[in-house]
Amino acid sequence: MAQVTNILLCGVGGQGVLLASEVLALVAAEEKAEVKQTEVHGVAQRGGSVVSHLRFGDKVFSPTVRTGTGDILVAFEKLEAVRYGHYVKPGGLMLINDVEVMPGQIGEYKPYPTGINEFLHKKGFTLQAIPATAKAKELGNPRVSSLIILGALSAHLDLSPEAWERVIERRIPAKLLEVNLKAFQAGVEIGKSMAQAAAAGA
Amino acid sequence: MSLPSPGQRILMAGNNAIAQGAYEAGVYFASGYPGTPSTEILEVISQYSDIRAQWGANEKVAFDEAMGVAMSGKRALCSMKYVGLNVAADSFMVFPFAGTVGGFVVISADDPGMYSSQNEQDNRYFARLAQVPMIEPSDPQEAKDFLKLAFELSEQFSTPVLYRTSMRVSHSKGMVTVGERTEAPADKKFVKDVPNWVVPIFAKSLRAKLDAKMARMAEFAETYPHNRLEAGSGRIGIITSGASYTNAKEVFPEAPVFKLALTYPLPKQKILDFCAQYEQVYVIEELEPFMEEQIRAWGVNNIVGKDRLPRTGEFSADVLAQAFFEEEPVKDFTGEFDIIARPPQLCPGCPHRGAYLALKKAGALVTGDIGCYTLGALPPLGAMHTSFCMGASIGNAFGFEIGGTEKVAAVIGDSTFIHGGIPSLIDVVYNGGNTTTLILDNRTTGMTGHQEHPATGLTLQGKEAPRLDLVGLVKSIGVEHVQVADPFDQKEMYASVKEALEHNGPSVIITNRPCIFARGEKTRPKTPYVINEDKCTQCGACQRIGCPGVLPGEQPRIDEVSCTGCSLCAQACKFDAIGLKGDA
Repeated sequence: MAQVTNILLCGVGGQGVLLASEVLALVAAEEKAEVKQTEVHGVAQRGGSVVSHLRFGDKVFSPTVRTGTGDILVAFEKLEAVRYGHYVKPGGLMLINDVEVMPGQIGEYKPYPTGINEFLHKKGFTLQAIPATAKAKELGNPRVSSLIILGALSAHLDLSPEAWERVIERRIPAKLLEVNLKAFQAGVEIGKSMAQAAAAGA
Repeated sequence: MSLPSPGQRILMAGNNAIAQGAYEAGVYFASGYPGTPSTEILEVISQYSDIRAQWGANEKVAFDEAMGVAMSGKRALCSMKYVGLNVAADSFMVFPFAGTVGGFVVISADDPGMYSSQNEQDNRYFARLAQVPMIEPSDPQEAKDFLKLAFELSEQFSTPVLYRTSMRVSHSKGMVTVGERTEAPADKKFVKDVPNWVVPIFAKSLRAKLDAKMARMAEFAETYPHNRLEAGSGRIGIITSGASYTNAKEVFPEAPVFKLALTYPLPKQKILDFCAQYEQVYVIEELEPFMEEQIRAWGVNNIVGKDRLPRTGEFSADVLAQAFFEEEPVKDFTGEFDIIARPPQLCPGCPHRGAYLALKKAGALVTGDIGCYTLGALPPLGAMHTSFCMGASIGNAFGFEIGGTEKVAAVIGDSTFIHGGIPSLIDVVYNGGNTTTLILDNRTTGMTGHQEHPATGLTLQGKEAPRLDLVGLVKSIGVEHVQVADPFDQKEMYASVKEALEHNGPSVIITNRPCIFARGEKTRPKTPYVINEDKCTQCGACQRIGCPGVLPGEQPRIDEVSCTGCSLCAQACKFDAIGLKGDA
């Protein structure tokens, strides 16, 4: 069967997961024969769990990723990486943003769980932490985290930098374009350095 | 909206593709009522200046309008969530007796898996029930292309066509090659012909004509080129359609497939021939055994369907692999790690919260309706006790009252009240009820993503419209006890509720705070509330109002980013520990 790349982006409603997956889908659409993207969740709302499935390649039928076959999972929020981790293939890559969003809770109060990275590491996944919040602050705009995360992701995909730039220019409002492009570039550097570190470690 | 140039291949969601299909098919008029997963179809159509698009007060009204446009000779489309077709069913069931003049397509967006719905009915049965042809697309490209086919079919056989999409087709993106607008046939005119158009008097003769038409369509289905035979290898053949096709192709990439676009009437002989060629034929269809039962009734016994496949839930490649190969999907990690859920809640600053806090304090039994406010049933509010479908709340409340229950209140949103609540309120007055009705007027259709309606003052295509006066309407119905209350003022809100429940005679309370996402509300400057931790006793009262902006934990804190300054938490605090930022 033709090679298909399977990606999952997850997070919490309001974090920009859907915008990021739209940008990624548009970039893939520039260079791949087929792209399918869909969201799998209940009532979409602020603060709810959000997951977007994205598949591209020569021939793609279903828009949903099968469990245990995802090549890369991008978690905009740590707990969401565990919620959707079973979609990732054995040893698959997880890019995890350094953000914890406490779930709104009903009934007995539970503190935010600890040991997420250890758990996923033990499961055999390849983890890469993305310090997007800190980097966004450094760039002076906390809202550009999505583009930093996308930049880091781009280091792991065979989609050209030109396609990324074209789509970002098309999709992001002009007055925010410069900082978003900078954010994307910062993400690319994070992704590259991590990929190198991983290669050196291996 | 800048239109994509013909021939361009672009990424589109299924619903956007349907809208583009409507444009390309030369549709003149489109109507509907918002409902997931159909809403975007009409929202996107409204951006094409060549099409007149409008929200109907409900699906039946929208249907009747589109039907009238079609009878006048123009191409018309009516779009709704699948349960909307229940509302429009009265017209939908009878229109086929007469047929149509201009092309008429009804879009039903089904929701297998009930991602955002109250039941899981399979609307394919409606095609059979009403005796109309049905077309089902599988992906965004087909969602666009097949719509044009549906209009052609409608005109060829002078019949409404049911266009059945599902959540996964409507809400998935894929590559779509766009085309140009083709003008619909201009020679179609309504001709006065009482024996054809006055159905009740001539139903018997029209019924015979409909049967004859259906027989012709069944014959036509045998050679319909868009029912596609895909060659393959092996001893197992597959019959499928719609979203199920995409999953079947993932799991059985080499198998021969009979992919149906026209799923009613089925091409009987083609299917018999197909089944005869293979040792076994898998009928892969989501929800009910709609095709399977018809095929079995023809005496075919080498098919496999619901004996292996589930009758509920959405299909995925995982579901098929489990059914046919006993391949277990990878389990999620909940058994190994405490993954705290993120339950749906009313938004921070939602005015419904104020209404529920008052109802809860009054100890009312609350019959609910369909909208964001249904979330008021969940803890910690737990202030709604029944909810079924659009418009049921008021009749249900009156029924509880007749049945002997005291302190009953119906809760219904503004859009839902207009959709299906008005006749029930008339009935309460007419039949001498004491029912209390709360119309939660948040000035938008909230749950489906903030659409306009007759009481918002704007139309779907952005024209100013007379604003339905809810107070005047309710009074004209004969409700004498009508109050407008501020849900963010708990004293006032509770007093109103108490008074209404005690009032002898029908009573209505209309709340007056807009949805935080309503037009004009998003940009309003807001000062958040903060908790003075020196005064806070950690009693948890502020957390029990169920606001996501009041963070959980022993020491409650307010998330300044999400707080809209509604003040309900401050009113819940008995220790004066919550104040506006800067004042506290």
